[in-house]
This record gives sequence, C-alpha cells and structure tokens, in this order.
Amino acid sequence: MSTERWTVNFLVSRKIGDTKAHLESFKIEVDPDEYVLDGVERIWAFHDRSLTFRHACHHSTCGACGMLVNGVEKLTCITTIRSVTHNGGTLKVEPLRNFPVVSDLVVDMGLFYTRMDEVKASQVVPVNNSTLPYETVEFPADGIEHERLADCIECGCCISACPVALTTDSYYGPAVLAGAHQTESILKDGQAFNLVDHADGIWRCHSGFECSAVCPSNVDPAWRIMDLRRRVIGHRIKQFFGKK
Amino acid sequence: MPNQPSASRFMRWFDPRFRQPGTWAFILNRITALGLTLYLAMHLVMLGKLAQGPEAYDSFIALAKTPVIKFGELLVIAAGFIHGINGIRIALTSFGIGVRYQKQLFWIGLALSVVATAIFGYYMFFIA
Repeated sequence: MSTERWTVNFLVSRKIGDTKAHLESFKIEVDPDEYVLDGVERIWAFHDRSLTFRHACHHSTCGACGMLVNGVEKLTCITTIRSVTHNGGTLKVEPLRNFPVVSDLVVDMGLFYTRMDEVKASQVVPVNNSTLPYETVEFPADGIEHERLADCIECGCCISACPVALTTDSYYGPAVLAGAHQTESILKDGQAFNLVDHADGIWRCHSGFECSAVCPSNVDPAWRIMDLRRRVIGHRIKQFFGKK
Repeated sequence: MPNQPSASRFMRWFDPRFRQPGTWAFILNRITALGLTLYLAMHLVMLGKLAQGPEAYDSFIALAKTPVIKFGELLVIAAGFIHGINGIRIALTSFGIGVRYQKQLFWIGLALSVVATAIFGYYMFFIA
C-alpha cells in the first residue's frame, strides 16, 4: 500500500430484477495499489448499500469475485486498480458474461457447478497430479501421499471469455473440460472420456484460447482441452483394436 | 434456458476489443472463410459467362484486368493464405501439438501470409 491517492470513476453495472442493465457512475478516492474489489466494496459501504456482488476470501482462493474489468475477465481481489486504470480515469466493472445475471454484478453459476460435479472435478488432488505436465514443479519425495487444493478455483472467468460459450449454453466450457482432464489424470480409467467426447464437449472448442489468457489460476484450460482430445482419440483407437 | 443463441451474441464473435491473438485468429478465420465463400460464388458466376459466348466472356476479362478488380483478387489471395496457414495452426494445436506456442504460430502464419501476398501483388501489378 502507498500514500498515493487517485480519483477513479467506477462505472458499475446495475441490474435489478428483469430490468435492463445500465452503468452507474461512482467517483471515489482510492489507493492505486488497492484491488478492484476493494473499490467495489467501498462503493457498497459508503455510497450504495443496495449494490450486490460476490466475494469471500480476498486472496484468490474462493473464485467468487470474477468480474469483467474494463472488458476483460479478472479476479477482482488480485487485480490492482493501478493495473487497469490511471489517476482520473474510469474503471468499468461488469458481471461475467455467458452466465445469467441475477442482479448487478452477481451471476448464476449453478449450471457450471453442476457440470463440474458431473465430470467429478475434485477440489483436492494428489500433488503429483496437481500441476500441468509441462511444468517443472518438484514436490518432496518423502513417501507421503501429499494432497493440495486443485488450481481451478471455479471462478468462471474462462467461460465468460469463451466465444463458444457466448452463443450456446449447452457447451460444457473450458473449466469443466479442464476438470475432466484432471479427473482422468488422477483416475486413469477412461470414464471421463465418455463425459466429454460429444458435440457439446471437447469437440466444440473453436480454439480461441481466451480461456487460458484470462485464467487467474494457472489451469491452462485450452491446453487441457487439446490434450484431452489427443487422449480421447488414443483411447478410441485402442478400443477399436480391442484394447481396454 | 438462460443463454440462448442470438444474432447480437453471434456478432460479438467479430469484436476484437480486449481480446488476445487467439481470438484475433478466430475472427480472421471466420472473415476469410466468408470472403472465400463469396469469391467462390462470384467465380461460378464468372464461369457462367462462358455459356453466353466469347464476347460476354471477353468483356468480363477486360473488367477483371482493371486495378480495382485486381486488388479484390489480391484480397482473395491474402484470405487464402491467412485461412490456410491458420488452418494448419488450428489442426496442429487441436491435437495437442504446439498449444503453448499458439500465439507465436499465429504471428508467424500472419507474417508468412503478408509476405506471400506481397509477392503475389508484385507479380500481379508489376510483372503480369
């Protein structure tokens, strides 16, 4: 934190009930090293207590505060105001795209969570299956089976950025397919292939790669989707030749 | 359902603002595909001139040699290169090859397309 003060015009998306969303302006003084979520909370605390938004942990673990900040999907609890605007500038905060908006900045993520359950995406994973294969992270080889939280925090930023999810909600979306990839990496039983090997699964991705660009948590969904395709094809070829 | 397809959502496919090279490639691939499809239709109409006799065909060929039409043909060549090379990029990355380098592959493909189009343009406007 610094003693520097900026005046920033927050343009916050407001929507109540079935009314059309509109932007409301809140000019507030902030420390530029504060986070966007701090600014939104300040608006709620000192300007308008009717503002609704999702948040919990404030340290990029819960994934609740994903929002559109100046047109880009961000986890607002780790996005500094300095990184997205300037002194005297504007900062537009909108709800994630491709989810139904419940009110203001709150979106309904129910279908997304249901699909994460469908592919048996686990929040806690063995450390050896917790990283991407191309990463060079070493864990202690002490004979103990360590576990840790999975990288995906289910913030929904990837689905908001996905051009395919934009036009159809039947597409599972990047996070769900990445979850299936992780499930298969752990269980190695081929069951996850059946869950994603269809027109609304891995084959619907149109290679926009926006999911990986906006992911705040190193999941790299695009890489996982492509790797899942490769594995599914290998699995199907083996099945064709009678191997299990 | 909460997120049904709609014309306005579809048009947002073509909005490059705040997006990354992956989306720019996605947009370019769709625009060039539409352009090449339109060209194919026009090409078939042109071939139809053959059935109207040599005079109709010759007058069309004379029109085709004007700078404006030549520039249009150069755009078709550019679209062919961009779509084709990006198609190879998509085919490779779709099966796990070079996914981490998809941005670099896009820029390399675009650079190759520009160079190839420039060579064709030089021959079309200054040699042929």
